[in-house]
Amino acid sequence: MTMTDLDALEAQSIYILREAFNRLDKIAMLWSIGKDSNVMLWLARKAFFGHVPFPVLHVDTKHKIPEMIEFRDRVAKEWKLPLIVGENTEALAAGMGPHEGRVNCCTALKTEGLKALLAQHGFTGVIAGIRRDEEGTRAKERVFSPRTEAAEWDFKDQPPEFWDQFKTDFAPGTHLRIHPLLAWSELDVWRYIERERIPMVSLYFAKDGKRYRSLGCAPCTGSVASTATTVAEIIEELETTRISERSGRAQDKESEDAFERLRAGGYM
Amino acid sequence: MSNTAAVRIDDTPAPAFSAAPMKIVVVGHVDHGKSTLVGRILNETGALPEGKVEYLREVCDKRGMPFEWAFVMDALQAERDQGITIDTAQIRFATQFRPYVIIDAPGHKEFLKNMITGAASAEAAVLVIDADEGVQEQSRRHGYLLHLLGLRQIAVAVNKMDLVNYDQTRFEVVKAEIVAYLNSIGVEPTYVIPVAARGGVNISENSAETAWYKGPSVLGALDLFEQARPATDLALRFPVQDVYKFDQRRIIAGRIESGRLKVGDTLVFAPTGKSARVASIESWGVQSLSAVSAGAGQSVGITLDEQIFIERGQVASLAEAAPAVSHTLKARLFWLGRNALKVGSRYKLKLATAEYAVEVIAIERVIDVEDLANHPGAEVGRNAVAEVVFRSRTPIAHDSFLDNPRLGRFVVVEDYDIVGGGVIAEAGGIHQAHKSANITEVAHKVDFETRALANGHRGGVVWLTGLSGAGKSTIAMEVERQLFLKGWQVMVLDGDNVRHGLCSDLGFSPEDRAENIRRVGEVAHLFAQAGMLVITAFISPYRADRDRVRTIHPDVFHEIHVAAELDECEKRDPKGLYKKARAGQIPEFTGISAPYEAPEAPELALVTTGKPADESVAELVRYLEANFSLTARNQTESWGF
Repeated sequence: MTMTDLDALEAQSIYILREAFNRLDKIAMLWSIGKDSNVMLWLARKAFFGHVPFPVLHVDTKHKIPEMIEFRDRVAKEWKLPLIVGENTEALAAGMGPHEGRVNCCTALKTEGLKALLAQHGFTGVIAGIRRDEEGTRAKERVFSPRTEAAEWDFKDQPPEFWDQFKTDFAPGTHLRIHPLLAWSELDVWRYIERERIPMVSLYFAKDGKRYRSLGCAPCTGSVASTATTVAEIIEELETTRISERSGRAQDKESEDAFERLRAGGYM
Repeated sequence: MSNTAAVRIDDTPAPAFSAAPMKIVVVGHVDHGKSTLVGRILNETGALPEGKVEYLREVCDKRGMPFEWAFVMDALQAERDQGITIDTAQIRFATQFRPYVIIDAPGHKEFLKNMITGAASAEAAVLVIDADEGVQEQSRRHGYLLHLLGLRQIAVAVNKMDLVNYDQTRFEVVKAEIVAYLNSIGVEPTYVIPVAARGGVNISENSAETAWYKGPSVLGALDLFEQARPATDLALRFPVQDVYKFDQRRIIAGRIESGRLKVGDTLVFAPTGKSARVASIESWGVQSLSAVSAGAGQSVGITLDEQIFIERGQVASLAEAAPAVSHTLKARLFWLGRNALKVGSRYKLKLATAEYAVEVIAIERVIDVEDLANHPGAEVGRNAVAEVVFRSRTPIAHDSFLDNPRLGRFVVVEDYDIVGGGVIAEAGGIHQAHKSANITEVAHKVDFETRALANGHRGGVVWLTGLSGAGKSTIAMEVERQLFLKGWQVMVLDGDNVRHGLCSDLGFSPEDRAENIRRVGEVAHLFAQAGMLVITAFISPYRADRDRVRTIHPDVFHEIHVAAELDECEKRDPKGLYKKARAGQIPEFTGISAPYEAPEAPELALVTTGKPADESVAELVRYLEANFSLTARNQTESWGF
């Protein structure tokens, strides 16, 4: 039997998840309800033979599209996921929203919301579904990526990472982000969803000539023109498109380095 | 495909491939144009998303500079501000022939660790050299490291030919210089190509500017590289990554690094030499039809027909082709650490899934990558390459890099960081097959493993050392209580208690202290053999005494440094001993009138200064569960789900 490219990606992601589970004390997986984190959950169930042996975290910004929350609650129940939902209660009470500036809003509701969850539970490892092909700074990420005590990413001095020997030792107070999907492309993700028949939020499929390619909060996530109503049609569409995946995500475009600043501050 | 075939680029999108993309790394001296070449390749193959070039043009305009192809890869602000690549990046593209992942590696000496990070996963490389500047320090260093990392397919792009007016004579001079260097380290560059990346000359097809050049373009050369040979042809190496017990199955999880295994195969586990048959290959998901065989690259879970003791780090193989097992390793090493490597330095060495405590016992030679001269050296500085011998406390299962790269390479960790990597020059020690031939199965004897299986944890000696008042006894007693409640066989041997009986004839002179520790060590190891987890709480100030206890049975000995500052201990002074010692009432009191030699490489350091005891207790319990428990840690349970 020869391994296909999807077999190879799957095997590598499973290896990474098992390393994280073995080497770190308190890990959790971020679940944004998007396609990537759904695939990541699926891979965890494969890695641990049907179990998800760590908490699944969802940072609720209260600005998510309603279908996403419905999907979350349904799948969490069906798959018996150990789900923890967190939010930045203070910022929400103070009325934080994209009108305060998109980057400010992301920082307050997502990054600070996440940091609060990490601090509350003392997690030392957070598994996140980012991919190199999404965006330039993510292309430079490590699979095991250290964060400082303030949860910041020191992208100018990243640890060496080779031969699948990951950074699993770290100073008290700091934590690691683990990125099992770093090597996957958007197309790989959809081809894998097709192969494994992984359930997805309906928002990805075209309605009235539009669909979402990337899911975030309602105010900052736009849809793209599309007629793809099935996974197979999405794959076909991606094989021909040259529009970038995050083109519908408004917070990236506030300035040249908007995304870099978001990520350095602790965003996924 | 002939050498002159240029790759046709048109507007048709990249087809969907089912083969894994080939990984190519682009290396070379700083500012020789690596990122520009990569940006250009991505553009020529239609890999850039719509609007990317326009967007970058805007960015460059705002910065008041001409268009910069390097910005495609140099996404960080600092990279754009300084005009250099800081960190490695990976981006995909495809030719008509196959898909690629291109890895852009930084050329600045400062970022060698990032260059290695990029280059170590590549199957082939493009070495970029500035036609005007010629071969520079990092051109050679990168060439040498590519060779060390095992890359054999290297194309050289002599870039910025536009700056030398596409002069063939200049090209031949640079070509001769780099070919001579690469040949001297045993590398035959596959192609040497004149290129002007900024103008797109000889990137996708041969350009008129270099009509004298008859070889392939850059993309043509990439398409001529051979895909890496699958590791299924090599002997089976299956390093154990974890052991799961989520349900009634006991699943040995890991990735098959090389070779194949199938249901019914007898696996031998190094270094213990225990063996058992593969009972099943487990899986979950759509393709849950149970497989009967699996091969290199697959992450699998297997069950065995016998419950032999297995833990992370052991390597399964077939008896007829087992890895070597030895306490020493001779390796060629590249060093990335800020502190120099010296004879006598101790590190953690990670090889496949195993970790070893090692000491440098010899630096055989330090290699100058500029002139390839050998220097006998007492230390290996940052970014240097050397041949080094390590000695491990416990035996290391390994292969030579040449025989099996997957088990022939390792990284070195100092404190929290990976500080170097090495490839094993020659496999040493005994081969497991020879050893295992003498092992007879002892199914009904009550041995160490059987006791461990009955108790749910292994026996062991957890040796707490530290100043008086550091918290050893407090932590030991509480850990004992908590583990006992979890059903563990656990026992504390405490300094004061032992001195009333076992060692009542001994005083506090160095000789008596040594004898005290020796007796306690022997007793502790007897308990451990009986399957119990023994926690000892002794100041045990002398390193040599503790090391002697370790040698009784190094596999089960864990040294835990309970560390607190002397003045903090003196402030705590729970037994009023420091006060007496200061008053001269206690002679040879550790920390005051006798030395304390802190462990150099303890298995765990518990810093208790300014911390409630519960935190240290919890940390030690977690450590012991991770290292001695036989059941997979079920974190979900502990989270209250």
